[in-house]
Amino acid sequence: MRAEIRIAGFGGQGTVLAGYLLGKAFSLYQGLEAVMTQSYGPEARGGASSSNIVVADREIAFPFVERADILIALSQEAYSKFKDEVQPEALVLLDTSLVTAQSGEKTLGLPATEIAEQLGHRIVANVVMLGYLCGSWDWIEAEALEKAIRTTLKAHTVELNLKAFQQGLAYAAEKEPAT
Amino acid sequence: MRDVVFAEAHPLDRIIRSDRMPHIWCPGCGIGIAMRCYAHAILNSEIEEQNQVVVSGIGCSGRVAGYMNIDSYHTTHGRAIPFAVGLKLSNPALNVTVFSGDGDLAAIGGNHLIHGARRNLDLTVICTNNFNYGMTGGQSGPTTPYNARTTTSPYGSPELPFNLVDLLAAAGANFVSRWTVLHVRQVIDDILYAFGKPGFSFIEILSPCPVGFGKSNNFETGIEEMRLYRERCEMGEHMPLSELGIDLRAERPIYIGRFIDRNAPPFKPVHLGPAA
Amino acid sequence: MSETGILTGSHFMNGDHACAEGAIAAGCRLFGGYPITPSTEVAERLARRLPQVGGVFIQMEDEMASIAAVLGASAAGSRAMTATSGPGFSLMMENLGLAIMMELPCLIVNIQRGSPSTGLPTLPGQSDIMQARWGSHGDYRLAAYSPWSPQEIFDLTIHGFNVADRYRIPVLLMADEVVGHMVERVVIPEAAEIPFWDRKRANGKAGETFHPFEPGEDLVPPFAHAGEGYRVHFTGLTHDTRGYPDMSAEMHQQLVRRLVDKVERNSAKLEMSDDYEVEDANILVLSYGSTARSARRAVREARELGIKAGALRLISIWPFPEQAFNALADQMDAFIVAEVNLGQMITEVERRVRTSKPVSGVHHAGGAMLPPGPILEEIKRVAGHA
Repeated sequence: MRAEIRIAGFGGQGTVLAGYLLGKAFSLYQGLEAVMTQSYGPEARGGASSSNIVVADREIAFPFVERADILIALSQEAYSKFKDEVQPEALVLLDTSLVTAQSGEKTLGLPATEIAEQLGHRIVANVVMLGYLCGSWDWIEAEALEKAIRTTLKAHTVELNLKAFQQGLAYAAEKEPAT
Repeated sequence: MRDVVFAEAHPLDRIIRSDRMPHIWCPGCGIGIAMRCYAHAILNSEIEEQNQVVVSGIGCSGRVAGYMNIDSYHTTHGRAIPFAVGLKLSNPALNVTVFSGDGDLAAIGGNHLIHGARRNLDLTVICTNNFNYGMTGGQSGPTTPYNARTTTSPYGSPELPFNLVDLLAAAGANFVSRWTVLHVRQVIDDILYAFGKPGFSFIEILSPCPVGFGKSNNFETGIEEMRLYRERCEMGEHMPLSELGIDLRAERPIYIGRFIDRNAPPFKPVHLGPAA
Repeated sequence: MSETGILTGSHFMNGDHACAEGAIAAGCRLFGGYPITPSTEVAERLARRLPQVGGVFIQMEDEMASIAAVLGASAAGSRAMTATSGPGFSLMMENLGLAIMMELPCLIVNIQRGSPSTGLPTLPGQSDIMQARWGSHGDYRLAAYSPWSPQEIFDLTIHGFNVADRYRIPVLLMADEVVGHMVERVVIPEAAEIPFWDRKRANGKAGETFHPFEPGEDLVPPFAHAGEGYRVHFTGLTHDTRGYPDMSAEMHQQLVRRLVDKVERNSAKLEMSDDYEVEDANILVLSYGSTARSARRAVREARELGIKAGALRLISIWPFPEQAFNALADQMDAFIVAEVNLGQMITEVERRVRTSKPVSGVHHAGGAMLPPGPILEEIKRVAGHA
């Protein structure tokens, strides 16, 4: 098994942190191989930003995402840019607070930014998305991601992020997948 | 026949590598006098000789490291100060002196010189200034006076020189003085003072270079230039730093003295945990 | 964190940070550096970490000062390193020669980026390979290693310090931006499990008879540090065993010959490589650093097509892994060299293949990792695969 995940949005939305948490959960707490790469440079400041995770149950040679099995889009621009660079049956998850799916495209979505704002800070929208991904895709173990959150984030932000993660997870459990 | 008395030892034997004599310096050169002052300062100092380290760059003054019988490092052109930074930070018990020339320290090493002073790490820098690149045959450098003749300024140097005292003061050195090789007592005193002075100390020592600089600028011998020092040197501690530029050929004083002696905090690396 | 400051355990970490943790684990206690993309994270991590373990972090005014400070620290007895990229590596070439001549051990990390000149600061390259070998003026030999993962950067940082100290040479860690910035699992062992080769130290009576450059049988002189009472003299000039300048052709031949032989005679111990699917292979793909990851996949895919391809990964790029290459060369019908430059290591392979067997290259000037596709295409072409 091998899967490629791309998390894309604007700089400041925490795409890199989300990718890091996901990769860490796979790599350290689920016994899988995982590698994360990201876009670097001036374009990463304020503009488009993305992180890429490859996960597999065997050694990963080539570390980059070529055609994503999963695309998480946190901005309209990121969605437009990457929606065609995915596998035919790819899982495409959108933050519907900020992104409108093109008609006819098969996507899943939740208003992650609104949910995050209700929790007190829009900055955790990325982790809401991770919860939603966890609830929509059976490769991720919730405990592994929660452990990654606890061991990575500053102590005073852990509770907020765990709540955000749970909200995303719960949303996936309640809602019928959009078509 | 008269009795011939051989001295059993020279007082500097222990501190100068006598097996490396004779030295390479030309007749009339002042660098040997400056080195002797440094050697005396080491002997007069209470710092253990084992902890005395000298670092030099390249050039005539750079050869001092090779003649001093202490731990000595003759590095690359201009890089003596950063090499000394590494030695000192690695072992703070060392008393590290950089001994080099004006070309090495102020031209190719100029960036390291000003940043050394800015950082204010506890180092002593002795800079013999002979207004030219002596070893390579008398080319112009960053201290060559305007219009002075050298092999690379055959029509007179079109560039303005550094006033090293002003430069080092502006860059942040804790101690800055200037003497000539005629002022051996003051030089020894200042080197000793700099050993004990926390932070970056800079001692400029004007030194004749009859072969490289003098012959093209009407100081045929070292003695002639020394005579000029005696006639023209004036204590300049009251002068504005910007007035301390040197031009041996002009009818104006050569200002000497201790110009800066302040106590800005010396550089200390950040330490949090227990020492390793 | 253990008492030694070593972060024993499993981490999800990028290559630059793994390099910094390798340095801490190796006992490096001085970093002198100047920030430059894409190596900056090494400096940033050590700025945070060294003060926690009693070490010194100093940001110097430029790369010439950085390597000079590292050499000074080495002379005083510290394990010391710097990290840089393209333009900074060029600036360090001057004092790389001083490290060779003074036999001052140190680790110089080059996270390679697209070059020449300012090139592509944030993107990968592997075009400093020949500079690593020949960049400083004069004849010299050193060791240079090229990691392909964050874990291997960690391991080779430690190994690099050990090799540097054992042979009194500068060691280069020639990583690339892909490996420096990719995040993967890095397992940091217990302090007791970290290999440590100490410097061969001067242990004579301090005094006149000590010759700091008198080599042992291994051609490595025992090391006297500043402040130990040996009154040593070190110079970049040609020198005799006392360290005193000797401007003769005879002494120059003797010294430079020894400095070169010191590495060449120990070459077998410095070489490192690994291989993949070579047992029955008749096409050998050679590569190093991040490119070796693509080569591995290309070989795997070629195997799926029934092509007998194998891969040799150069972990030591200098010295070239002679033994491993020679052991495989006879069975091969063709050699392919894949690298992110327009043809550097391939010349080393060409001069070793003294037959009419073809040597071909898969090259790119830089800016992106070389993907498996072009390597697979070349394997297929060489194999005559339709």
